[in-house]
Amino acid sequence: MSSLRRTPLFALHRALGARLVPFAGFEMPVQYRSILEEHAAVRNAAGLFDVSHMGQIHLEGPGAVSSAEWLLSCPVASLHPGRVRYGMLCNETGGVVDDVTVYRLAEDRLFLCVNAANVEKDYRWIVRNAGPDTRVEDRSARSALLALQGPASAAVLARVCELPTASMKRFAFVEGAVAGARALVSRTGYTGSDGFEIYLAAGDAAGVFEALLAAGRESGLQPAGLGARDTLRLEAALPLYGQELDDTTSPREAGLDRFVKPGGFLGAEAIARRHAAGDPRALAGFVLEGRGVARAGYGILHDGRAVGVATSGAPSPTLGKSIGLGYVPPALAVPGTRIGIAIRDRAVPASIASTPFVKR
Amino acid sequence: MAEYEIPNDLRYTLEDEWVRVEGERVTVGVTDFAQQQLGDIVFVELPEVGSSIERGEPFGVIESVKAVSDLYAPVSGEVVEVNAELSDHPDHVNGDCYGDGWMIAIALTDPGEPEGLLDAARYRKHVEERSRE
Repeated sequence: MSSLRRTPLFALHRALGARLVPFAGFEMPVQYRSILEEHAAVRNAAGLFDVSHMGQIHLEGPGAVSSAEWLLSCPVASLHPGRVRYGMLCNETGGVVDDVTVYRLAEDRLFLCVNAANVEKDYRWIVRNAGPDTRVEDRSARSALLALQGPASAAVLARVCELPTASMKRFAFVEGAVAGARALVSRTGYTGSDGFEIYLAAGDAAGVFEALLAAGRESGLQPAGLGARDTLRLEAALPLYGQELDDTTSPREAGLDRFVKPGGFLGAEAIARRHAAGDPRALAGFVLEGRGVARAGYGILHDGRAVGVATSGAPSPTLGKSIGLGYVPPALAVPGTRIGIAIRDRAVPASIASTPFVKR
Repeated sequence: MAEYEIPNDLRYTLEDEWVRVEGERVTVGVTDFAQQQLGDIVFVELPEVGSSIERGEPFGVIESVKAVSDLYAPVSGEVVEVNAELSDHPDHVNGDCYGDGWMIAIALTDPGEPEGLLDAARYRKHVEERSRE
């Protein structure tokens, strides 16, 4: 395990009794006490995640916004300072290099929050494809990121800062002090519940994490690990790069049309061409009717034939059923369609469901 | 090292199953160490009553939120009882692995076979060795 990297919160995770596992080259907490408990804490109160393994790539200079506009599937020039958008870096075959969030810091400064497993890949991609007058900097190593998620988040955060947490709109961010440390706070998240993401300098992370845990105790705040992060995002039907998305999947196949502008970005033509020719598959959510748990890689059956594959699956603690996402022929991606999931030697009955599975 | 419950009156396997010997029949489940390693159990797949199982062969599956693991037969024989409660309450394996979390009862082909299993002291060493990693 010695070749794995650690976030600034490693010692704190150990002290809290976390079970640590390798993830994207880091040693990360998968759970502290119980994935199901931590999931429930986020849905009913609040959970605090260390997601410092994720990357931060900054673009600065007179050409930064144009470069980002070219690189990203979402509009950037129209993104005002203080606002965040979700978008994708795409390649020339219309596949996804990574899904990211882009923060407009100023007229000529912005940064991307990128997936941990893709930091080096994204950095090289951006450097290679950015336009002129753009300085690209990977600030991942000196940054930390905490995610405070759940209905009690705003109340908890308000106890450790003077920022306008209650009134802040979704996909907006502010900069200021949190528990005495310089921070950028956005009303964003990956759980489907209300919440905030808190960007910090690496050296401040442990202090802020502890301050939030203390401030949140009375509200039922619990530290939460990557296990709960996955079951939560699955209930919200949010894609995970490496499962729903990879460099062969088109954003349109993945149902992410609304984050794809009509043109003017790297990959736009290929995405449009593939869509015009008829994307052969569509991402759909499903719920198991029979007993069992669907998992990534399990086959999807229809009328006894193999028609697709699950890309993610887990028990949904909120619904009390097993849910999943997978690619099927577009004609079958209609809520109510009866399918089967191949689990070991059984075809477990399931049906296509509308998503998200759990709404705010 | 976390505290693991390892009752002295049971026998154990290297695959972290426990065996309670009751004459010519045994009851089987997974140990406290196993349930802590697995985390929240969400599904247990067990054989049908009447099936025969061979020592060392998988007889079922236990699923936690994140993982799927095989359950291995500690002895050979015929499955005479299956804990139907686990269908609706897989969490019994976490909450009471030696009691309500029991999985199957087997009528032994060879009544002497359980003597070859680990006693509590030797199983405790097996757990300690792996906990140190």
